Amino acid sequence: MSLTHKTAAELGALIASGEVSAVEVAQAHLDRIAAVEPQVNAFLHVDAETTLEQARTVDARRAAGERLGPLAGVPIAHKDVFTTADMPTTAGSKILEGWRPPYDATVTRRLREAGLVILGKTNLDEFAMGSSTENSAYGPTRNPWDLSRIPGGSSGGSSAAVAAYEAPLSTGTDTGGSIRQPAAVTGIVGMKPTYGGSSRYGLIAFASSLDTPGPFARNVMDAALLQEAFSGHDPLDSTSIDAPVPSVVEAARQGDVAGLRIGVVKEFGGEGYQPGVLARFHETVELLESLGAKVVEVSCPSFTVALPAYYLIAPSECSSNLARFDAMRYGLRVGDDGTRSAEEVMALTRAAGFGPEVKRRIILGTYALSSGYYDAYYGQAQKVRTLIARDFEAAFGQVDVLVSPTTPTTAFPIGERADDPMAMYLADLCTIPANMAGNAAISVPCGLADEDGLPVGLQIMAPVLGDDRCYRVAAAVENALESRWGGALLSKAPAL
Amino acid sequence: MPYDEALERFEPVLGLETHVELGTASKMFCGCPTTFGAPPNTHVCPVCLALPGALPTANAAAIEATIRIGLALNCSIAEWCRFARKNYFYPDMPKNYQISQYDEPLCFDGYLDVEVNGEVVRVEIERVHLEEDTGKSTHVGGATGRIHGADYSIVDYNRAGIPLVEIVTKPIPGTDRLAPEVARAYGTELRELVRGLGVSDVRMEEGSMRFDVNVSLMPRGSSEWGTRTETKNVNSLRSVERAVRGEIERQAAVLAGGGRIIQETRHFHEDTGSTTPGRSKEEAQDYRYFPEPDLVPIAPDPAWVAELKASLPELPGARRKRLQREWGVSDLDMQSMHNADAIDLVEATVAAGAPPADARKWWMGELARRANEAGVPLRELRITPDEIARVCAMVAGGALNDKLARQVLEGVLNGEGTPDEVVAARGLQIVNDEGELSAIIDQVLAGNADAADKVRGGKIAAVGALVGGVMKASRGKADAGRARELILEKLGVSE
Repeated sequence: MSLTHKTAAELGALIASGEVSAVEVAQAHLDRIAAVEPQVNAFLHVDAETTLEQARTVDARRAAGERLGPLAGVPIAHKDVFTTADMPTTAGSKILEGWRPPYDATVTRRLREAGLVILGKTNLDEFAMGSSTENSAYGPTRNPWDLSRIPGGSSGGSSAAVAAYEAPLSTGTDTGGSIRQPAAVTGIVGMKPTYGGSSRYGLIAFASSLDTPGPFARNVMDAALLQEAFSGHDPLDSTSIDAPVPSVVEAARQGDVAGLRIGVVKEFGGEGYQPGVLARFHETVELLESLGAKVVEVSCPSFTVALPAYYLIAPSECSSNLARFDAMRYGLRVGDDGTRSAEEVMALTRAAGFGPEVKRRIILGTYALSSGYYDAYYGQAQKVRTLIARDFEAAFGQVDVLVSPTTPTTAFPIGERADDPMAMYLADLCTIPANMAGNAAISVPCGLADEDGLPVGLQIMAPVLGDDRCYRVAAAVENALESRWGGALLSKAPAL
Repeated sequence: MPYDEALERFEPVLGLETHVELGTASKMFCGCPTTFGAPPNTHVCPVCLALPGALPTANAAAIEATIRIGLALNCSIAEWCRFARKNYFYPDMPKNYQISQYDEPLCFDGYLDVEVNGEVVRVEIERVHLEEDTGKSTHVGGATGRIHGADYSIVDYNRAGIPLVEIVTKPIPGTDRLAPEVARAYGTELRELVRGLGVSDVRMEEGSMRFDVNVSLMPRGSSEWGTRTETKNVNSLRSVERAVRGEIERQAAVLAGGGRIIQETRHFHEDTGSTTPGRSKEEAQDYRYFPEPDLVPIAPDPAWVAELKASLPELPGARRKRLQREWGVSDLDMQSMHNADAIDLVEATVAAGAPPADARKWWMGELARRANEAGVPLRELRITPDEIARVCAMVAGGALNDKLARQVLEGVLNGEGTPDEVVAARGLQIVNDEGELSAIIDQVLAGNADAADKVRGGKIAAVGALVGGVMKASRGKADAGRARELILEKLGVSE
């Protein structure tokens, strides 16, 4: 098997044993990127020389006898919202075109220290706002399963890169489903850790109270290894949790659900859901039952209003977070011809630099926070958020994890929902509640929909700091289904 | 309208908002240093420049300092509160929002007693909250130094993110014609309180303490408050007093002429003592406050707050009362020392061994005069309380008289060295040598026969002119008392 089709754990072991060098592994992935990028467009920035230099450093550290972690020398692709001191960072926006950060995000830095080799920066919906990666200022990314379809979003470049074997691992961010939804529609594993479990320092903010960095991988163990490598308390992020976290790698190794209580969210299913998605979901629930789990239906009534509440809170925060893009200190500057005021230059720059979805959300959020509207919009939405947290709390009084389909449908065709924001927003219907309450949630492949042959994801939601439960159940599902399928779901994808 | 006439027709209501830059080692939300006067944009980092992805973390020392200010102002301390974002676009504000506090201040509902003309006025405190300062814009070109009409502007972000405490009073009614003095006394008292806590150097000339002054007028006999104006960034205590007075006169004239006061911010002009309109509140921004999601709430442990309260230093009012007793001075003298910001200096001079009366005499007399001439605050004169105490000791020991002492002070202020070095270098010892003094007296008596005769004839008062002659001839170095005794002795007269 070629190096690009191995798991991250396997690559780490091969490099550790000296069978292959980090440079060889990096070169294999750079070759794969060169071969498939014209079709996929997962990357915004690839710089072979910087990548190989990092790989050489890892090989040198190992040659010098340094003890390195299990992922040392393994390549990774970063969503282009994490700052990288040696590569540009654009957030998929024209307003940051060519910006070179002077510092690494905590996630970037920790993975660099763990010896992971950065292949490049992946495409995304501008400022992580979208569910299809069509909102990127640099063109859409395509789904490796069907190049006419979206790879999910906003972390669509990261999901596509892993699904297309351009990278064994990638990072993403999940604000309303931006890791789990792309993972589901590209047939890979994507995890949204507990809010505060992974540092936001150096992550270009969309909605601060919701944004959560997390891993993509082609299997549950790789995702766990990656999450463990960048997680943990960060004094640079005030909202980072300073508490011991159960080992997710250990949980992924266990992968057993015997005696576990699993709740099926009553509110997610039925109208608006693709039949093939529901069929795979129900089969998987039965599978879990057959593995010894106790399955019950759980009602979480407030989940039905999570989406509208989310579309008040996230835009409100983004309207403030994106105010800093004002042409004064970095990024695009338009209209500075010596005749215009600073205010005019700010306005012209923002008009030219932001895309339509970003502007839509800034306007929505500005309105929702306005004096006289705050209580009715932002204030109400925060109350809904409290109700969602209470529903979770009540549910986790009865069950250990909750499950649902990750998305109502499989990957939709590029362009289909581009002019219909409401239809686009519905892609995150099932994923948003976990963001609103800060819970841990994962998406793991559970089969192909009959009607289109495209991947379906199972979402497993756990309490705050219950990330290990997500991995435990996901690993059990993966083990059982892969033995049924005779390999990973991704092996059924057409070759590029 | 003249002040007296304005006060005959209207009653003022005051309000003061004070910004104090805290003297923490690092900024409010990052690790950058806070020292004043560094080259532009050298005390900056991703956080205070608001680079994409950077996040704030709250400075615990600043939170503690704010709570201590709140406690000293008799405030309640919030058990749980949050920072909030105040959103508006301005080039010197890197994030285009300021992290501040909105409806959940750290400290609230306190008071500060101030004394005006021997009367105690209780100023109620609405809130004390913590926020961050902005950068500093310089507008180059154009006539006004303001942004409009400038050729270009440059921004220094060194100040961006320096912790700023905002202290807001409740409206202060009932001050009547003393409104300007009450405003000044409040500012003076607050400055001393903050300095006493050791949380800020409160250097007004560096902008580390600045006032926004709210004034409204209502017709005499009315109980309904008028529309207020807010005069921004008043940067000295004297200006606070002048701004209140000027705004009362201006508003009275507008109202008396049948006009109405517009709710607006105004700029204070040091040169004329008047204010001009700034931004009208009617076109004011909607700041879209919301809780800062990048920072966790502040929940000070009540036991820790109690400890902070128990360990507060003696507060300025109590300290003044104690010192007044110890020094045995009048209310008026104490008040004038307070107004001159001389209490710390006198106290330090007394601690260095000087009698209180002498310490006060020098600081409030000769030194106050010299500070005034040089246009610097008293405490910035280049002379220390220890040096003053040394001069006092020399006078007490008879080595200097007051006139010589003034010359010593002048020498020290000129940088000529310590008092002893100045005495030596300038040759300022009193003439104690009886032989030398006797010779001078003989010479003076010879040259002033008329006066000598008068004394001999019993007009002892005429001896003053002869003593004056001796002092003049000795260039001030003679001991005037001893000279008088010797003159009378030589003339054979006894008192």
